[in-house]
Amino acid sequence: MGEIFVLAEHRQGELRDITFEMLGKGQELAAAMDAPLAAVLLGHGVEDFATELTKHANQVLSIEDERLEHFNSAAYQQVLAHLIAERQPCLVLMGQSAYGMDLAPSLATQLDLPLATDCVGLEFEDGQLFAVREMYGGKVSARIAFRQADTYMATVRQAAFPFEEGEPLGGEVIAVDSPLTEEIKYRKFLEYVEAAVGDVDITQAEVVVAVGRGIKEGDNLPLVEKLAEALGGALAGSRPVIDAGWLPPDRQVGQSGKTVKPKLYLAIGISGASQHVVGMKAASTIVAINKDPDAPIFKVAHYGIVDDLFKVVPALTEQLGG
Amino acid sequence: MDIVVCVKHVPDTTEAEIAIRDDERGIKQAGLVFDISEADNYAIEEALLLKEEFGGSITVLTVGPEEADETLRMCLAKGVEQAARLTDERFEGSDSFATARVLAEAIKDMDYDLVLTGVQADDDGSAQVGVTLAEMLGIPHAALVVSTEAEEDEDRMTVHRELEGGLHEVLEIELPALLTIQTGINEPRYASIFGIRKAMKKQIEILDLDDLELAEEAVGEAGSKTSLVKLFIPVVTAQATILEGSPEEVSSELATILKNEGVV
Repeated sequence: MGEIFVLAEHRQGELRDITFEMLGKGQELAAAMDAPLAAVLLGHGVEDFATELTKHANQVLSIEDERLEHFNSAAYQQVLAHLIAERQPCLVLMGQSAYGMDLAPSLATQLDLPLATDCVGLEFEDGQLFAVREMYGGKVSARIAFRQADTYMATVRQAAFPFEEGEPLGGEVIAVDSPLTEEIKYRKFLEYVEAAVGDVDITQAEVVVAVGRGIKEGDNLPLVEKLAEALGGALAGSRPVIDAGWLPPDRQVGQSGKTVKPKLYLAIGISGASQHVVGMKAASTIVAINKDPDAPIFKVAHYGIVDDLFKVVPALTEQLGG
Repeated sequence: MDIVVCVKHVPDTTEAEIAIRDDERGIKQAGLVFDISEADNYAIEEALLLKEEFGGSITVLTVGPEEADETLRMCLAKGVEQAARLTDERFEGSDSFATARVLAEAIKDMDYDLVLTGVQADDDGSAQVGVTLAEMLGIPHAALVVSTEAEEDEDRMTVHRELEGGLHEVLEIELPALLTIQTGINEPRYASIFGIRKAMKKQIEILDLDDLELAEEAVGEAGSKTSLVKLFIPVVTAQATILEGSPEEVSSELATILKNEGVV
């Protein structure tokens, strides 16, 4: 039986959480399939990561190359195509992240492998792989069957699988020669750019009042601003509010924005897409106001009000400000 | 700069109640309003902005039923030159891979500098068709693009990709290339009444399996690598305590709860 590969994600000197989440899930699948679990690490000067990963995998396949210092899906694809062809893993896991989304579909296509993306569930049944993934903004789940194959590929939703530190697996590091022969000219990494920092740091606020698509117009924003003032909290937004330019990017809560852990998080007119939830679910108390009773936000909130925010927010502002 | 944009006509389910069909293979569409998928709308706008700066022509493609013409017409009304709809009963059951195969067949012989798609569709959220299509076309790609910079007669462009936590990655990519466009990259325009009138007269090209010279086994369930077993309403593992009453009543109750919990 071929290994289960987990592609280690790292950036700016840190292994990303999704790596450990995948290794946790990978361990469960490896046990079920009686297959070894292998962390696949591509990079330059990443010996420390390799050592760290030995705790969570039976093998760490380490490919060291200065051309792999920064993620470049074109370079990663060449290396992984080579490695997968050589070792015939039974499953390749990557994150549904800025890296996995840029890499998995083209790699799977090149190698003719079945791929399901953004999985929140994965299980083998008689050697065939099945996935659960969400559709329609999390309102519907889908069970997906992979076509029978020797190697399957799946990307895993970030923060979907919990990571629990268990007994160290004591894996070994196996250095694999880089198959890259020349500089990739058609796609070049240039630099990282950090988002501009504004006057308010929402990650430091004890109370965050966040507004979403339900606010309808930028002109309606003062309504929630008043509530934030009454609570002494910071005003934040979900993606659609930032996309529309109603709040600056440093106020965005979610996967591509900030992660906040306030004492109180008020989600107003926010549906609760997984990319948003990942950035606020650690708040101590979460209150959601949304007129859609099926909005996924009510699954993560502690208290919910199913009503029109334009009626509830002024009433709440009066209660709390008075 | 000649640009091909792939779009999808999807139901807006953000505030709608969703019911699963009896065969568990789709949702009931009655009462749902359909529109262009959100990220695709930004892809169309990005194409229009690039065309306005560098000239050239835009072709919009979709795989879908007749109703999808509505989305194509809206693109034409905004200033897209040509529209084609790829449609065939035999496409039914296609996964992202097979759908990309259909698009690739339609695009491969066209002249283009850039292919744009949205990052992901609002309905299935797979984020798979664009990057798969790039591989099939044999061109470089970048996913999650939040900014583009091009220069006249250059065969490369600079793009920003959105990473996690507010970080962007800047990269240079050789043309022709495929970019998957993220929401928020620009401010999508609305079509003018004049544009909408003009678009009514434009022809939408319809292409089926035979026009594309694709084998039947290359599309639909036979050409797919994954298949939908069934849809189901997610199991609720936790649910908020829902406060009931008038806005005043729920506000008062919530204020009391928050004070008791010491959060305000």
